[in-house]
Amino acid sequence: MILAIVFLPLLASLVAGLGGRMIGATAAKIVTTGALFVACALSWPVFVSFLSGDASATVTPVLAWLRSGDLVVDWALRVDALTAVMLVVVTSVSALVHLYSWGYMAEDPSQPRFFAYLSLFTFAMLMLVTSDSLVQMFFGWEGVGLASYLLIGFWYEKPSAQAAAIKAFVVNRVGDFGFSLGIFGTFLVFGTVSIPAILAAAPGMAGSTIGFLGGRFDTMTLLCLLLFVGAMGKSAQLGLHTWLPDAMEGPTPVSALIHAATMVTAGVFMVCRLSPMFVTSETAMTVVTYVGAATALFAATVGTTQTDIKRVIAYSTCSQLGYMFFAAGVGAFGAAMFHLFTHAFFKALLFLGAGSVIHAMHHEQDMRFYGGLRKSIPLTFWAMMAGTLAITGVGVAGVFGFAGFYSKDAIIEASYAAGTVPGGVAFAVAVFAALLTSFYSWRLMFLTFFGKPRWAGSEHIQHAVHDAHGHGHGHHDQEAHPEDEHAGHEPHTHDAGADQVKHGTAGYHPHESPLPMLVPLIILSIGAVFAGIGFHHWFIEPEAGEIFWKGSLAFNEHLMHEMHGVPPWVKLSATVVMLIGLAIAWYAYLKDTSAPARFTATFRVLYDFLLHKWYWDELYHLLFVRPAFWFGRLFWKRGDQGTIDRFGPNGIAALVQGGSVAARRLQSGYLYTYALVMLLGLAAATTWAVVR
Amino acid sequence: MSFPILSVMLLVPALAAVGCLFLSPGGARWLALAATLVDLLLGVLLWVGFDNAGAQWQYQEYSPVFGRFAWALGIDGIALMLIMLSVFLMPICIAASWDAIEKRVPEYMAAFLLMETLMIGVFAAQDMFLFYIMFEAGLIPMYLIIGIWGGAERIYASYKFFLYTLLGSVVMLVAMLWMVREAGTSSIPELMAYDFPPQAQTWLFLAFFASFAVKMPMWPVHTWLPDAHVQAPTAGSVILAGVLLKMGGYGFIRFSLPMFPEASAQLFWLVMGLSMVAVVYASLVALVQSDMKKLIAYSSVAHMAFVTIGLFAFNRQGLEGSVMMMLSHGLISGALFLCVGVIYDRLHTREIARYGGLADIMPKYALFFLLFTMGSVGLPGTAGFIGEFLSLIGAYRANSWVAFVCTTGIILGAAYMLYLYARVVYGKVKSDEVAAMPDLSARELALVVPLALAVLWMGIYPESFLAPMRRDIGLLVARVERAYPQGDAHLMARVGAPAAAAPAAHGTEH
Repeated sequence: MILAIVFLPLLASLVAGLGGRMIGATAAKIVTTGALFVACALSWPVFVSFLSGDASATVTPVLAWLRSGDLVVDWALRVDALTAVMLVVVTSVSALVHLYSWGYMAEDPSQPRFFAYLSLFTFAMLMLVTSDSLVQMFFGWEGVGLASYLLIGFWYEKPSAQAAAIKAFVVNRVGDFGFSLGIFGTFLVFGTVSIPAILAAAPGMAGSTIGFLGGRFDTMTLLCLLLFVGAMGKSAQLGLHTWLPDAMEGPTPVSALIHAATMVTAGVFMVCRLSPMFVTSETAMTVVTYVGAATALFAATVGTTQTDIKRVIAYSTCSQLGYMFFAAGVGAFGAAMFHLFTHAFFKALLFLGAGSVIHAMHHEQDMRFYGGLRKSIPLTFWAMMAGTLAITGVGVAGVFGFAGFYSKDAIIEASYAAGTVPGGVAFAVAVFAALLTSFYSWRLMFLTFFGKPRWAGSEHIQHAVHDAHGHGHGHHDQEAHPEDEHAGHEPHTHDAGADQVKHGTAGYHPHESPLPMLVPLIILSIGAVFAGIGFHHWFIEPEAGEIFWKGSLAFNEHLMHEMHGVPPWVKLSATVVMLIGLAIAWYAYLKDTSAPARFTATFRVLYDFLLHKWYWDELYHLLFVRPAFWFGRLFWKRGDQGTIDRFGPNGIAALVQGGSVAARRLQSGYLYTYALVMLLGLAAATTWAVVR
Repeated sequence: MSFPILSVMLLVPALAAVGCLFLSPGGARWLALAATLVDLLLGVLLWVGFDNAGAQWQYQEYSPVFGRFAWALGIDGIALMLIMLSVFLMPICIAASWDAIEKRVPEYMAAFLLMETLMIGVFAAQDMFLFYIMFEAGLIPMYLIIGIWGGAERIYASYKFFLYTLLGSVVMLVAMLWMVREAGTSSIPELMAYDFPPQAQTWLFLAFFASFAVKMPMWPVHTWLPDAHVQAPTAGSVILAGVLLKMGGYGFIRFSLPMFPEASAQLFWLVMGLSMVAVVYASLVALVQSDMKKLIAYSSVAHMAFVTIGLFAFNRQGLEGSVMMMLSHGLISGALFLCVGVIYDRLHTREIARYGGLADIMPKYALFFLLFTMGSVGLPGTAGFIGEFLSLIGAYRANSWVAFVCTTGIILGAAYMLYLYARVVYGKVKSDEVAAMPDLSARELALVVPLALAVLWMGIYPESFLAPMRRDIGLLVARVERAYPQGDAHLMARVGAPAAAAPAAHGTEH
């Protein structure tokens, strides 16, 4: 069965990708979407069997892969509780995104290619989560990277999409650099790359040291940190996060699937999968905690100033991934996975909802040109509302809460309960970031759905209105065309203050999205509402968790007990800051809409700092990109041509021939010389050999 | 005596080469194709008949010519794989030149066929002088191919190519003479087991190094390669990158390591240092190229450095990785040069900036180019990953600095290859000329499909390629083990802990 789950998407991808032209777009869409729904239908029973405690871990061998001395790697599919969680997340979101794309991509001329990429991605992701060895994990890891590259660059006519695609791949490769070294080191230490074998042997390595770059380091700390660099790249943690916001260049369904629900959580998955290894090194756990906390804070602050609806959600994703990491860092791996699980549903929902808004607004992505959309697209509004309630963690303890209420609060409580310094720091950051989360989420809601329409200022809307009046739907084919999704990619120099924008509808009438887009929204809304209350029992409750996870991650039963014993103010803190964030957003974007402009005018420097995303891109450009090209040119012009060639072959030629004028004669001259030398040499050799 | 299959494989292209000279252009093409296909078939038979568990040297032939000089042939698994690579690429090269070469077709085909004979000869020779003849003579047809059928600056390129290799091989010949005198034999298998005095080894190693490093090519003697590639016709580039560069690596594995193990260990840092420079330097240079062929040529320099680090890691993963790297690079860079050739035939420029938007115009082409690009980047599942990964894992066991610096190659490699791909394939269609370019023809598909399948095969099930050489690598590891340098990354158990806490930290395997 697991074979079908994993390989159906691959098969469908090949059919759609290679045969798309032959079978036509509709058939390609049916094949891929059908395959995904089948895979999804097969995955849920697997998950349920783990929930009920009947199932145990299995490994299905597929094919021998790499055999080199001690290094033995096979293609194999491992299924345990941790994998089962990922299976349902990946196949469910993927199936829904496939369906959604029927509507969203309806006008795109290369749909078979798009669906083939989506299915290819799903296959690679499934290979990643079912891997039994680090090398197969790396296969899936790079495979999702490839699919992500292809999908970010899907609208390849756009220079910005190309650049974003390359950036995503290369920044991920920086992470993979660490991952690779981690694998090399792990093999050196354990003599195997099989994950169960490594995890079993890890505790025995305590106190040992390993040499690296001239120094000697604690073995487990070094290995965990190297592997964690890979996780940081894939999960866009601070320092290696720069690719994720740019990845929004891809079509919105892609953002929902890859850059929210699944691929970016691969890093969290990796840390959880290797959790028995990470817990052996306190230093590594501390680093994971701090990196996660820093990312949660950074991304949340930046999220408050962005005006592109997709970028706000992208930073939100980045921030939530930070939550998952510090949850893992304090030892609450169950909580990290639980947040991964609920986040997949509500974040995919938010992205798909945003896609529906963008669709309705004629590919306008700038929230400053939205407003008042509540009445025009009510279903989308309610879906987004469900997502927002989920991410901000609305709920009353003991009664009911939306998904995030259970998972995020569990993380906040666990970091407090950990009782360590990193835990305390993470707790403080988590509470503050929760405030920001609430603020930017509600800001998004208010700017988009409430207030008065500000559509008139949007070029996209003007085009749409103009086209509708001018020449009917003559340009309709180009509607989904890349140039139309251009607004708001770069931070605008003027303020986010809504009052500078033209008010009015410009005579435009947004329409609710078609059914294929609405059905996924409805299903995901159900997930966003009920995933928390429905599943928290298995994921984080001490006894049930122990039974559910069955050792597939380092489930800290003790910590989960402690979590229940935290003081009431800790439990309430998340809800309180959520309300504060809501209040601020309400005041600034509904009550007194000139407040944001006043604020930004007062705190200009801070605002610019946040708007420019802490200047990471500028810094990296200065530190890495420009020097790379500069050194490249230097080595080429000064090194190869100016030094090696000048004093090497050219110099010798000049010496021998007294100038390059004679170069023309070299052709024949050298050949004969050469043949002669060779012959003479051979003659000498044989003579010598014969005579002696 | 059994059927002398190796001699026949040498003879078929040689006779066909002579035959081509007497034929019309059309006849020469068909004869060349037929001859290379026959050799491919013989190669398949060779592989099928090769006993992975049998003797080290198989298909041996020996007939004395005069004195000690003998027509001695025979192959082990490593040679078998490289011969397979040669006979596999050869028909592709002939077919790639089908329409592209218009002048002096019979001579061109003859040159290629002659080269095939010599390449197989290099890998099959068991007599050092026979090896030398094949090794050096192989340059002559390549030199002619660049010099006669090359681009505008072919003269400069061919002379540079020649000058470099000439200087290297003269010293190698002197070293060979000394060795034969010292050991009293010119038989390669016997020499591989002969222990030269360590002091002499250093000099001998350096003499061979001069020749092999140029062939590889290693930094800083690599500058002939970009020029040679740029000027060579497409098929010339394919065979140059695909097979000729592998002769350097083969030389290291056949001569330098087993014959001079102490010197190899002693000069560890020379080789590793140059390789580390090569990875970073060549990758950065590749990043700024505006000529497609130059870019791929520089990427070859970087990739071949993975071969040398694997070789000098002195362990199984490194050695197997370096052979896999040679094979995969032969396929992938050959395929990339073919891809360049395909669009060069249409637009007659290698300038990257002139292209753009090929994804719309040539979707099939875009797909294959993507596959080979990903192979070059070392994506798992393609051939490129296997070699790179094994070489690096081997290098890490030898020294963490080497692995650290060379692993940056996976970042830089992604940067320059994707940058190339984006500029050529993505973006808007640049001009009407580009818009008029037709997609891959049936003939071109027939060239790239086998390569694509081979790249995936090697990536997904490399066992087929690793199995024949497993024993030979084991023998080599056993041979060099005595000089094995202690890695810097070794594990140390905590003080007072039982030694059992460090399993397989230094698995010495055979």
